[in-house]
Amino acid sequence: MLNSYKIYFDHAATTPVDKDVLNTMLPFFAEKYGNASSLHQFGQESQQAVIKARQEVADILGCLSSEIIFTSGATESDNLAIKGVVRTQNDIKPHIITTTIEHPAVLDTCKILEKQGISVTYLPVSKEGIVSVADLEKEIRNETILVSVMYVNNEVGTIQPIVEVGEKLAEINQKRSQQKLPKIIFHTDAVQAANYLGLKVKNLGVDLMSLSGHKIYGPKGIGLLYVKKNTVISRIQDGGHQEYGLRSGTLNTPGIVGMAEALKQVQSEKLKTQSIQKLRDKLIDGVLKSVPNLQLNGSREKRLPNNANFSFRGVEGESLMIALDQAGIAVSTGSACASGSLEPSHVLMALGHSAEMAHSSLRVSLGKYNTEKEVDYFLQILPVIIERLRRISGR
Amino acid sequence: MYNEKIMEHFTNPKNLGKIKNPDAKAIVGNPQCGDVFSLYLKIDKNQKNIDNSKITDIKFETLGCVAAISVSSMVTEIAKGKTLAQAEKIDFQDINKELGFLPPVKVHCAQMVIRALRKAIENYKIKNQE
Repeated sequence: MLNSYKIYFDHAATTPVDKDVLNTMLPFFAEKYGNASSLHQFGQESQQAVIKARQEVADILGCLSSEIIFTSGATESDNLAIKGVVRTQNDIKPHIITTTIEHPAVLDTCKILEKQGISVTYLPVSKEGIVSVADLEKEIRNETILVSVMYVNNEVGTIQPIVEVGEKLAEINQKRSQQKLPKIIFHTDAVQAANYLGLKVKNLGVDLMSLSGHKIYGPKGIGLLYVKKNTVISRIQDGGHQEYGLRSGTLNTPGIVGMAEALKQVQSEKLKTQSIQKLRDKLIDGVLKSVPNLQLNGSREKRLPNNANFSFRGVEGESLMIALDQAGIAVSTGSACASGSLEPSHVLMALGHSAEMAHSSLRVSLGKYNTEKEVDYFLQILPVIIERLRRISGR
Repeated sequence: MYNEKIMEHFTNPKNLGKIKNPDAKAIVGNPQCGDVFSLYLKIDKNQKNIDNSKITDIKFETLGCVAAISVSSMVTEIAKGKTLAQAEKIDFQDINKELGFLPPVKVHCAQMVIRALRKAIENYKIKNQE
């Protein structure tokens, strides 16, 4: 497919590595390449960089550096958080509460645990795509040991009431300690939130938090798990006892350094949120105006500033995505046809959409390098493509 | 995922549209699954042997992915001008030969279009049995 445009509107899938982040990482590949666990000068050099990076991350999260575990990515962090908590339970058959709109890294992990006899409650969400704290409270049992609610949904960008969940759980945990019941641990997958929302763990009230490098203009293959002091989790990867015995494996020094730098940048650039929101709003308003028979999926207000997700009646998502790709624009879809499993987006289904509307969905996620010109071009091209595909479908 | 031939049919589909007063039609699939294939046929009836009736025109409308649209377009090209007996025999191998490699996960799209074509022919024969 030859086209002169190369417009990337799929930042929720991954982001380009920022130039400064890349420069920070480069020395650690071929120059300062020591294993951070080695005691000689090569290793110590690496270790110093890791110590510095870890502290930088801790400062951003408002926590201790000993509460930061580096992993290979948020999928591993989610696995470590959930399996890590469950594996500490020997006496009781534990109960987990999560939501129907979590990322597969959380959902699949819970489903596997269910097969092993763990009880899991999947909280529904409103049509707006937001979970209810009241619903959560109703589902808490004596055996509940973990609540996992994502900070921001990756498909529709809806922002979950993490602070409120944290406060509610703190309240409940206080009562439970008096009743000699186990503390309910609170985990959040904050991967999509890190670019635009606050990450101070004390504000959020979380015990465990997953973050990913490649969603925040950092490298792929690195992530982290915040583990609050006195939160006991079991490791899921055995070996050389790195990361306080919680995550064995040689430290990915360039990745760690890159992740810290990326996190520093996005959290300090949160002021630029307004400009990306303006662009995104122009896009949403433009689409709603120029294309008939469509809907915006998920809450308009409680939504990440870069995300838009639409369903277009009479148009299938993969064909829409490919047609836009032919025109030079990269987006993604919740259609079954584009997923390896032939299942439509579980998130859109959880929002109460018909499978038909889930198949017709398009996700647009802007990033810091996108321009108004690119949005204008998208607004020009989209109605033409929609019309063509509707002619093909006859709907 | 898709080769040039498939993309060509997607970008410039052949025989797109409806036929007013078709002699035969069929709709296969449903929006809940994500794919709907509609075929409309104009048939020149052979009075002596219905199986030798010719498909003089055939059009399609498809709600579906790139593979679904391309395969629909391809099948109408192959079927046009054929007798009912010949068109009934069109199978996945014929499509594969024309389009080249279809990703395994998309094979069901080809099967659905073939089903639609055969269903249209069957409906015609039932309606036109003497």
